[in-house]
Amino acid sequence: MAGQIKVTHRNHATWWAFALHRLSGVALALFLPVHFLVLGLAIQGEAALDGALIWTEQPLVKLAEAGLIVLLAAHLTGGVRLLALEFLPWRDWQKTLAALAGGVSLAVGLLFLVNAF
Amino acid sequence: MEDMLAVSIWRGGEDGEFVSYDVPRLENQTVLDVVTYVQRKLDPGLSYRFACRVGMCGSCAMTVNGRARWTCRTHVSRVADDGRLEIAPLRNLPVVKDLSVDMVDFFDKWAKAGGAFSPTKSRADDFAAIPPGDAKRRQANAGIECIGCAVCYTSCDVVTWKPGYLGPAALNRAWTLVNDTRDGLGRARLRLVAGDDGCLGCHSQQGCQEHCPKSLSPTAAIAGLKRAVVVAVLKGKL
Repeated sequence: MAGQIKVTHRNHATWWAFALHRLSGVALALFLPVHFLVLGLAIQGEAALDGALIWTEQPLVKLAEAGLIVLLAAHLTGGVRLLALEFLPWRDWQKTLAALAGGVSLAVGLLFLVNAF
Repeated sequence: MEDMLAVSIWRGGEDGEFVSYDVPRLENQTVLDVVTYVQRKLDPGLSYRFACRVGMCGSCAMTVNGRARWTCRTHVSRVADDGRLEIAPLRNLPVVKDLSVDMVDFFDKWAKAGGAFSPTKSRADDFAAIPPGDAKRRQANAGIECIGCAVCYTSCDVVTWKPGYLGPAALNRAWTLVNDTRDGLGRARLRLVAGDDGCLGCHSQQGCQEHCPKSLSPTAAIAGLKRAVVVAVLKGKL
């Protein structure tokens, strides 16, 4: 029976920032078809689209939307962070940049929630 | 402080397993001291590498409690949670036996990244005068202290996912030479490090600089290479 070596090299801020960027991208890609499906209802007429929009007024859907906003903000700020890392002069405070991206994303989600209810 | 350390050390090749040893705990003790104790007092068959014992040669890196470290300068007090140590060979390199890994790939990639200095002058020429404050020299200096221990290489997920990837240490070396005004390889080196197996493969997870025992930043070097490659492409020179 072969042994198993445990690895903990991933547990640091910028690895988690990488993982969040990847996962938020995948989640947003999965959401996009639903987004287009709802927009497509407009072709069927005003009532169909309005029906879908009224459905989104439910508190649970609003909460899910806030999650979506956080994902979008995380992917956007994560992307800006990577562009800055690769195209601007190097900064040693990379963890601060990652924390800043995370903080802005959560703040945007919170702002959405405050306005939603 | 406990009287004894519970130490598990990897024995065998890729499909080996951990073997437990009890090692006396000392007040001032490095992980390399622990491995050496096991080899000298408990099990002479244990294979591991070390040379200088003072953090210069880069040969004693191992995975300690899940993290790659230079064992000669890692004190047991810093890493042994509740008196336990798990010592394994480095990841991303084939295990030869016990704690020794095959470093051939790692060093071959230094050569593939254009890691050899390519002189533009001969010994008949006078010394090259480079002011220490010169911007390019400072970039080179930032990465020049690499000891080739492979801790960054073993802590990099991209190396795991893409075995052809040159890795942080080789790319860091290339960046120091790109900034060495005495070097003449120029664009040819950029061509070696551009591409998916080179700097463009880096996902900027920054595990290399997180774990580098010398506190170097290979991610900064790779970002520099990415910028140099983009600039060269935009100028139509690559």
